[in-house]
Amino acid sequence: MAMDALFLLLPISLLFVLGIGVAFWWAIFAGQFDDTRDAATAILDDDDRPHPGEA
Amino acid sequence: MGTTGTAGTPAETFNYGVVRQFTIATIFWGVVGMAVGVLIASQLIWPELNFNTPWLSYGRLRPLHTNGVIFAFGGSALFATSYYVVQRTCQVRLFSDKLAAFTFWGWQAVLVGAVITLPLGYTSTKEYAELEWPIDILITLVWVAYAIVFFGTIAKRRVKHIYVANWFFGSYILTIAILHIFNNLELPVSLWKSYSAYAGVQDAMVQWWYGHNAVGFFLTTSFLGMMYYFVPKQAGRPIYSYRLSIVHFWALAFTYMWAGPHHLLYTSLPDWTQSLGMAFSLILLAPSWGGMINGIMTVSGAWHKLRTDPILKFLVVALSFYGMATFEGSMMSIRTVNALSHYTDWTVGHVHAGALGWVAMITFGSMYYLIPRLYGRESMARPDFINLHFWLATLGVVLYIASMWIAGVMQGLMWRATGEDGMLTYSFVEVVKSTYPFYTIRMIGGLFFLSGMGLMAWNTWLTVRGQPRVNPAVPLESPDAHAAPQSAVPASA
Repeated sequence: MAMDALFLLLPISLLFVLGIGVAFWWAIFAGQFDDTRDAATAILDDDDRPHPGEA
Repeated sequence: MGTTGTAGTPAETFNYGVVRQFTIATIFWGVVGMAVGVLIASQLIWPELNFNTPWLSYGRLRPLHTNGVIFAFGGSALFATSYYVVQRTCQVRLFSDKLAAFTFWGWQAVLVGAVITLPLGYTSTKEYAELEWPIDILITLVWVAYAIVFFGTIAKRRVKHIYVANWFFGSYILTIAILHIFNNLELPVSLWKSYSAYAGVQDAMVQWWYGHNAVGFFLTTSFLGMMYYFVPKQAGRPIYSYRLSIVHFWALAFTYMWAGPHHLLYTSLPDWTQSLGMAFSLILLAPSWGGMINGIMTVSGAWHKLRTDPILKFLVVALSFYGMATFEGSMMSIRTVNALSHYTDWTVGHVHAGALGWVAMITFGSMYYLIPRLYGRESMARPDFINLHFWLATLGVVLYIASMWIAGVMQGLMWRATGEDGMLTYSFVEVVKSTYPFYTIRMIGGLFFLSGMGLMAWNTWLTVRGQPRVNPAVPLESPDAHAAPQSAVPASA
């Protein structure tokens, strides 16, 4: 029996992989991963604690 | 609104309003979805509990339970945390307040629609995609709005770097859109009845391509986004290896889509497709464990906090269950193991190791982090309740999965047992009878888990009652140049 569904699912999945590849390519060359140490600590510098006194 | 910042410009504030709405919805749907779960677990022991009422029967309530915990509880939690994380890490307000509000009310309308139509028996019969076509269309609209709000916020971010959690959230939003649309292609014949565009094994393949990736992206990738923000924040330490987190993301994104056929081993699906699914399922173990280790090792050097911080306990135990469930999943996709486990309660146990142990626990931890911050408090009203909740939840999961492991292996062995003449040793009903004690243990485990959820709801009520709804100002200085401390301002609404 022919698996017609695969002619739909494989192109979708391959397009998906292609899209991920493009995003990966962009991320690398846009310098997203150049400084992984600062990237990791940046969220800790963001003080999201409430300051009830100022509310 | 509008305290003034420097130089007379009105200070931009974070949109915490929609985060608060989804947070409260998470708690509400958690209680509802888990209560239905306990009810149907009880029905397996005492069938009379359907009270001879069609809309209280197991077959109709089971999809209500799964939709309730996955899309209502889990979905609301993902909306809440992704909106919070994307704003905090991009240092900018959400892209559109109106669209964000539409995602909240639209999503709640979907969920109310599920609560009404599923017990009435309206179903497209596709597992985890049971909702009929009008609701499917509403889901699509909400999801498109979600994507616009999320990626719009990323686009207008004030920091150069896109934090890794946002990659996880972003891939989940995109993938779910594709999966939902292609799996739900259907021909309506009336307002509440439609037929799938695919038939037979084609339909099964599309369904499990959806079903597996829904687990992969709705219940894993997305909650990893949650993990990569709330674990470092709660531990007060940067992620163990940021590089590993990047590898984790791209490896998951490239491989997850191909594992779906492992749900259809030993079916009429072509053999090579089954082998492909099995191979990719085994490959998936590597990025999954890489991420799990990365999360747990983030606490390294702060292990002592686990003694006193129940929120961190939730997060770390969630990661342990993530590791267990992904290992188990890869093993169960091996053909010879699957021959024993498939169609047994082992699968149910496996799913709940992931759903209760990983998804719900990481959600509880993240919510306990979030709720006080959304209402301008230092902590939850009753920190001791968080600790009690932790132990109720942990005990509940352990009872649940241990009983289902034993029941599943027992069922698999009894079903395949044959005598010397080749006849089956046990009739099906004998296996059902042997499973009763384990159903009882499972129900007790579920009751523990549900009571923990109820305790969380109570604690949330005590925490938010009469509290101001804060919407802190977005820090004015560019965060890339190391931001100055910010101040909180009360909301106008």
